[in-house]
Amino acid sequence: MDRVYNALKEIVGERFVSNQQEELYLYSRDPGTMDPVWPDYVVMPASTEEVQKIVMLANQEKIPLVPQGGGLVLSGLTIPLKGGILVDMKRMNRIIEVNKNSRYVIVEAGCSHGLLQSYLNQNYPDLRHSLPDSPPISTVGGNVCIHGSGHLSQVYGFHSDMVNGMEVVLPTGEICKIGSCSTSPYWFARAPLPDLAGLFLGWFGTTGIMTKISLKLYPHKRMKDVMLFLTENPEYISDIIYKVTDTEVAEDITISCAPKPDWMDGFQLTSIAIVGRNKAELDFKFRTIRSALASYIDSREGGFMYMPPAMKHNFTEVPLRSTARFADVKKGGGFEYVGAIMPVDKFPDAYRAGHEIAQRCETTYSLSARIIGRAHCMMFSCAYAFNRADKADVDRAKQALHETNKAVLELGGIPWKAEFPAQQLILERMDPNTLRLMEQVRKLMDPNGIMNPGNWEVK
Amino acid sequence: MQYADIVHRCFRCGYCNFTSDFQDFNCPTYNKYRMLSYSPGGRMWLINAWLNKELQWSEHFADIMYSCATCNNCVEECVQNKFNSYLSEIFIAARGEMVEQGLVPPTVRDYLKNIQLSGNPYRAPAEDRGKWSEGSGLTRFQNDEYLYYVGCVGSYDERGQKMALALGKLLIKAGLSVGILGSDEKCDGNEVRVLGESMLFEELARQNTDQFAQLGVKKVISLSPHAFNVMKKYYPDYGAGFDTLHYTQVLWELIKLKKLNPGQLEIRVTYHDPCYLGRHNGEYRAPRKVLQSIPGLSLVEMRRNRKDSFCCGGGGGNFFTDILGSGPDSPAAVRVKEAVATGAEVLAVACPNCAKMFEDAIKVEGLEDRLQVRDIAELVLESLKD
Amino acid sequence: MYELKFDPELCASCETIDCLMKCQYISFDLQTAREERDRLNRGEDSFVLHDCVTCYACEEYCQFGNHPFYQIVDLQEEKGIWPTPKPIVHSQIKMYSPKGTFEPKEVEGTAFNMCLFPDFRDSIKGKLFEDTTQLFGRDLFCNLVYLHYAKASVIRERVPQIIKNFASCGIQELVCFHDECYATYKSWAPAYGIEVPFKPVHLFQFLIDRLKENRSAIKKLGFKVAYQRPCSTRLVPETEPMLDELFELIGVDRVPRKYDRETPLCCGAIMRASGREELADEINKKNIEDMLDAGASLCVFNCQGCYAAMGEMVAQAGLRPILVHDLCKLAIGEKV
Repeated sequence: MDRVYNALKEIVGERFVSNQQEELYLYSRDPGTMDPVWPDYVVMPASTEEVQKIVMLANQEKIPLVPQGGGLVLSGLTIPLKGGILVDMKRMNRIIEVNKNSRYVIVEAGCSHGLLQSYLNQNYPDLRHSLPDSPPISTVGGNVCIHGSGHLSQVYGFHSDMVNGMEVVLPTGEICKIGSCSTSPYWFARAPLPDLAGLFLGWFGTTGIMTKISLKLYPHKRMKDVMLFLTENPEYISDIIYKVTDTEVAEDITISCAPKPDWMDGFQLTSIAIVGRNKAELDFKFRTIRSALASYIDSREGGFMYMPPAMKHNFTEVPLRSTARFADVKKGGGFEYVGAIMPVDKFPDAYRAGHEIAQRCETTYSLSARIIGRAHCMMFSCAYAFNRADKADVDRAKQALHETNKAVLELGGIPWKAEFPAQQLILERMDPNTLRLMEQVRKLMDPNGIMNPGNWEVK
Repeated sequence: MQYADIVHRCFRCGYCNFTSDFQDFNCPTYNKYRMLSYSPGGRMWLINAWLNKELQWSEHFADIMYSCATCNNCVEECVQNKFNSYLSEIFIAARGEMVEQGLVPPTVRDYLKNIQLSGNPYRAPAEDRGKWSEGSGLTRFQNDEYLYYVGCVGSYDERGQKMALALGKLLIKAGLSVGILGSDEKCDGNEVRVLGESMLFEELARQNTDQFAQLGVKKVISLSPHAFNVMKKYYPDYGAGFDTLHYTQVLWELIKLKKLNPGQLEIRVTYHDPCYLGRHNGEYRAPRKVLQSIPGLSLVEMRRNRKDSFCCGGGGGNFFTDILGSGPDSPAAVRVKEAVATGAEVLAVACPNCAKMFEDAIKVEGLEDRLQVRDIAELVLESLKD
Repeated sequence: MYELKFDPELCASCETIDCLMKCQYISFDLQTAREERDRLNRGEDSFVLHDCVTCYACEEYCQFGNHPFYQIVDLQEEKGIWPTPKPIVHSQIKMYSPKGTFEPKEVEGTAFNMCLFPDFRDSIKGKLFEDTTQLFGRDLFCNLVYLHYAKASVIRERVPQIIKNFASCGIQELVCFHDECYATYKSWAPAYGIEVPFKPVHLFQFLIDRLKENRSAIKKLGFKVAYQRPCSTRLVPETEPMLDELFELIGVDRVPRKYDRETPLCCGAIMRASGREELADEINKKNIEDMLDAGASLCVFNCQGCYAAMGEMVAQAGLRPILVHDLCKLAIGEKV
């Protein structure tokens, strides 16, 4: 009998461990273009203690461990590059505590964004958290692990900036608390202690498994609207963003450009979300933003698209269902994107590069950008849809992604949640001392090299 | 396989697992097992892999496919509006492929064999089929306005028989021109169809439509939402020329026409939408209207209701094959706990399968003194006694 | 290319200059109106070309049927004046461009032109719409909206083919669900000398005829309604008495109000697209207050665009928004 399987069964119970081909097949791949690599086991722990036992077992057996949240990263970060145990965290989805007045929530890391949104809506209607554009099954833990961003990121930064603290099972099995909760019963901030959260955020699960997270919550103003500003010159965008963010009344700001539908081809659609407690607040914000962009309207170079109220839902919905529909553009169930974190003034260059690459690779694309912070940077994405039943089409998308990653780095941007080949491109350019520091940190924390091996490693 | 050109189009985004507000996992199998394989998206990817020969058939594969309750939550929630309406049908087609290759789980094989040999899943004699109606006042169908079709569960299962009798008495009380088929009634074939045995289903559908035509049946009242579903949606392909109604729709009409006047019943009730009445056929109103017409009855909703209703776990053939299984995380157990949380003392149902599933779960969960399962017809009948 | 039938001499001889003097959005004294009229007549620039909100009203005000509004639009385009930001115009031109792949449709019964409103397909059902064949799509879209964008050239380019497309369906008459379609074939096309080989039938006339056929089913509604008169009716003011007849048939009272008949206010959608949000807000407010002051309980729309723009607003103000065909369905006891 399989010793590891039996040990895992002992830890989580028979229903929540598998070494059967059906589960191994599904967890060997994600909806993106990365080639599959089969895990040896899939396990679903229900508590920190179970995670700890799994980590101890992996150390004992020297077998890789790959933690997974929603499994929707698209760039293969939870494909077990060296096999081993895939740890699906979605059973750990409890909402542990909401501290209303301090505006934070403590959740288990496998808690889905959809569940948290729904829970807050029902129990704390004045509070909300920032949701990524990914489907609602994406998890809080998975998303902060990759420096995700979402519909409140223009105001409050990356989702990893919204983490107050966390509980982590270290690669050696110790349960460790990060932030104020390491010293106090409250999970209110990472300051004033040395910020150890940086040992985990953005590391793709290569430095431990997050089990609990304290996430910042924000006021929830229930009235919302969207303003759609249309231009046909990408050179205008960074100025438009500067002007709109200067008002400090906008919430989410995204720019989208795509050849389909026809009327979008050649245009840039800047979508500006606004919220308010009442109509007067909404009207004030609306007027403020309009006035900030008056010079474009007066010169007739840009204008707000009229949108009947009933259609605005397609823009204000959170999470946005239409994002997932992009996967069916080619009737093929697939898309992947390069999301580049880069300065906003690189928009025109990135826009042109995206167009050129899509044309060269003859693939369907969609370009978009989300502003992070007050235009401190943006997440510029070039998304390519593909038909997973057509290998040539998948290869075209893969080629386009690779070229985009290279172009992004040339422009001074950095691919976000980079897939394995893109990580290599990043590491090639990285300051050698930084790279060495990363390696030393890894070695110190994970002496057996069991945590999601292959990622953030020089090949 | 039919729909083979669609299966690869699933992105596996996971909307299909949820209720519309994401508060719960609403796919009964995913909620129980939590492995990707037991989600609708997982099934789509596995079927694709099986068809492409990336995966070989296995018993586990068959269990995954047959555990689906065809509750249609995925159809409701999937965002891919170009093909989401086919999801349940794709799972049924995959089962059909397994039936053709003789690769079905033993309980599925036995169910189909029993229908083939005995005409019902219980291997009971046909002459016993109408026994439940003794003392109801119902007679054989003879040029009546309505045919009361009871189905296998209503005819043979003890719990189902109680429902069948209660409804029969109500229809008589209302003075409706109605008859039954008794020992001549045949299985409706809904479960045969969803288990993937299309040949046997065709045979049953033809037998029933021919028999109804010969008898001059114009309108059918169905006790079970399963029979209601299959007769309404699929029998017309076999020449059916009759209208099918679910019994709650008939009761609501009779109440509106004052042919039934429910009496006082001081109880707090929550109502469970059966999948084949609700999501499959969009009927959420009539059962609630009937309940609300009972003076004194207070109707409270479970968190998951109407399109977000959580399946009892008995759909897709699981009522008979039990592949989805029981236990504290079984759909029926989860659902009865949800019903208890409303503070209701009665869980009202409109389907004999749901009734049985919930009664069993209540016993397993030890909730007998907190919750009772009552069918809507039983509640109306009880109110009339006062 | 088709030329507008505009007579500058006739225009110059006009003493009252109603086209400008009655404008609800730009104020003139007679002297200024005369000067600007003369400028326009000479094909020169005028502030009128820049300030026009494109409400179409001057087409109705001109006593001579001399098409002052069409002339304004042509001049705007000729002089490169953009009433609306360029990207909005360009994207709209693309959005509604014909696909060029029209296959004639077999029409059974009455041809019913749904324009570009497929979402309303299901509402065109029931007793009043029996025996009709719905026609819709980009290859049948009237394109008149480009009058608002100073792009009559687009209309001139597309409409002849659209007319051919309809004609290829072998129709003699075409009922127009959208008021603007009727105006296209009844007013705009003739003004540019474009032949229309079928008879356009206004929705009001169609509804009157069908209601008369179902007279016994009519139950007088007894509502007091405010009518939101759309811009396109300014091109075909002869349809106004039809509406009165229709309202009488179904027993609704079109409440007299300041902003109806010859002085209706725009729904604001085009103003918003042009960047004149404040003006749109102001006229919406005045318009809805007027509806309420007049004692209406419903706001009746004849244009699907106005309905989309103002439906929610009037509902928030306590008025039930309803399209005229739905009102007729209510009158014969059908659900809407």
